[in-house]
Amino acid sequence: MKRTTLALASVALLAAGYTGTASAQAKEQFVPANGYWVGPYAPGGSGIFGGFLDYLKMINARDGGVNGVKFTWEKCETEYNNARGVECYERSKKKGPTGATMIHPLSTGITYSLIEKGTADKIPIVSIGYGRTSAADGRVFPYVFPLITTYWSQATAMIKFIASKEGGTAKLKGKKIVLVYHDSAYGKEPHAVLQKMAEQYGYELTLLAVPHPGNEQQSQWLQIRQIKPNWVILWGWGVMNPTAIKAAAKIGFPRNKMIGVWWSGAEEDVIPAGSAAKGYMAAGFNISGANFPVIQDIKKNVYAKGEGEMEDQSRIGSIFYNRGVVFAIVTVEAVRKAQEKYGKGQSMTGEQVRWGLENLDISEAYLKKLGATGFMQPLKVSCLDHEGGGQVKFQQWDGTKWNVITDWITADKALVRPMIEEDAAKYAKEKGITPRDCSKES
Amino acid sequence: MTFFIEVLAGGLLAGVMYSLVALGFVLIYKASGVFNFAQGAMVFLAALTFVSLLEMGWNFWLALLVTLVVMVGVGVLTERIVLRPLVNQPPITLFMATIGLTFVLEGLSQMVWGSQPHGLELGIADVPMEWLSEKWNINISKFDLFAAAVAGVLVASLAVFFQKTRIGRALRAVADDHQAALAVGISLQHIWAIVWAVAGFVALVAGMMWGVRNGVQYALTFTALKALPVLILGGFESVPGAIIGGLIIGASEKVAEVYLGPYVGGGIESWFAYVIALVFLLVRPQGLFGEKIIDRV
Repeated sequence: MKRTTLALASVALLAAGYTGTASAQAKEQFVPANGYWVGPYAPGGSGIFGGFLDYLKMINARDGGVNGVKFTWEKCETEYNNARGVECYERSKKKGPTGATMIHPLSTGITYSLIEKGTADKIPIVSIGYGRTSAADGRVFPYVFPLITTYWSQATAMIKFIASKEGGTAKLKGKKIVLVYHDSAYGKEPHAVLQKMAEQYGYELTLLAVPHPGNEQQSQWLQIRQIKPNWVILWGWGVMNPTAIKAAAKIGFPRNKMIGVWWSGAEEDVIPAGSAAKGYMAAGFNISGANFPVIQDIKKNVYAKGEGEMEDQSRIGSIFYNRGVVFAIVTVEAVRKAQEKYGKGQSMTGEQVRWGLENLDISEAYLKKLGATGFMQPLKVSCLDHEGGGQVKFQQWDGTKWNVITDWITADKALVRPMIEEDAAKYAKEKGITPRDCSKES
Repeated sequence: MTFFIEVLAGGLLAGVMYSLVALGFVLIYKASGVFNFAQGAMVFLAALTFVSLLEMGWNFWLALLVTLVVMVGVGVLTERIVLRPLVNQPPITLFMATIGLTFVLEGLSQMVWGSQPHGLELGIADVPMEWLSEKWNINISKFDLFAAAVAGVLVASLAVFFQKTRIGRALRAVADDHQAALAVGISLQHIWAIVWAVAGFVALVAGMMWGVRNGVQYALTFTALKALPVLILGGFESVPGAIIGGLIIGASEKVAEVYLGPYVGGGIESWFAYVIALVFLLVRPQGLFGEKIIDRV
């Protein structure tokens, strides 16, 4: 019955564009929840925004908000569609007493569409684990935050991981690596980095495109059978992921030689593949599990009162759900940081929260305080570096759950950073932007 | 050469999967002249209902039977609520109605069963047959052969149904000439309800096969896109056309992707199928097995 009610709300949401607000507060901090709860990518969208909103509810219920300022939000269905994403942005940017705190577009395409708008409107665009990698150069992109880790960082961490399995980077020479990628801007993001590393380490890289939506991959996997690679990197999304895992089984390619990007490494990617997914590995900037104190706090303060977002409570603690909690931790801590500078107990503007994001320092000790030790990596953002982290863990599916198999692996920043700066400088030149002097930022 | 045979065989077997979806389109078009845009959504609804019932602990056959009842119900309701009020309207109106039906079915499916992906196993592993791999170094999946056998049985059953049963003859009569069929006392509404119910059954079979391959999730609605070039090539009114069309499309797109793809950046198979279909359209607009329309002017 509850499912039906929720689904009816989703249909209404489609028609009206949003589902209403949380109750108005005297002191409130408005955060748009522009995501997707219907359509092909609903499993990702509903899981991430489920965790995101549950954490905000928990902060409101347990702590009374941040210094008395409670979070409010409004859902807007983007359907993972650029035009609707921009529409949702326009609708939500002036809501609340101080406008939108920040936007989590949850789509690389929508992020690209909002880079200039967010900058002009002074609303931070936060793209955690997606979006434009070179926006990590905060001198050129003051309002864009591809936080925690970027696609390029991840690609280098994947090669490091493969090297560790092969016995060191020297052993990569002559090895064959195939990248099976979603034929879109998202899927093409790691090409340059992987090619550069191929020149550096001497492995042979083959790029195989899979047309959208990726529900038929026989040709690509027959080519893989002929190439006989040592490793396959899967850069997929949605139905492409289980289809690839099944196709690998179909040609007899070992799943424990197959590594997915973090958008190919959720329960929703492996469960549909059934037993074929056993042994498959994926990168992640957050891990799964419901035993973390932060998740237990959500259960205690939100679900015990029947106010949780997830109808299927078995999804609490899943990869997507926990990722949403990470998004929310960053949101809350940026507001807290901004309040330290601009006034405790006050609603912050987008411009003030931008400062908060740029000065975020979530240390290991602070993560412990949040009940999130090991749940996410420490994060230190600066004017120069809008990524702040750059580490990933690797996990392996055992047929029923993800198991973490590495500690945090740091990206090859010496390789990635010059590429980021080069691309950002090119963007600045195209748009006539004068990069900020970070030494003058306080 | 071995690799080429493998690509070709894989393509032909993939084509069978496309044909399974295309059959549903053909049945409805053949009997009513309606291009049912909602066939992909019916595949999704059928598979999602079936797998959800299984996950609730239902017996396989009971879940299958109940899903079949649901699909027949959807077919009958579609005839009553959508098609009957639109009798004698232009074909484009009926086509637009099926577009609306697509979104209703997609929304209803997720409303009732949720939007989470599900795994589906039918007890036949989607892994290569070892003896073929070892002896000839050719990889053919057991499940692909099973799907081909299912398609064969389905086509044979439909052929018997159309040729040997009274309802089947009535269906053919309606397909040939609505007015003449009405004149001899055949109920158009009755026939349409039956054919939509049969299309629902075909959607269930296609949904189960595709569900095993990709998981049961919203993306099953995209299978309709795979069926379109098959229909253009095979003809909208021909059951054998759907099969032959599927085989040609499946084989050509795989061969093109493997041998032509690397020269143009890859990822060409989805649109290459439409290139073949367009070429056929230019040469033979009615498709390989479609009826040539000759109007007296």
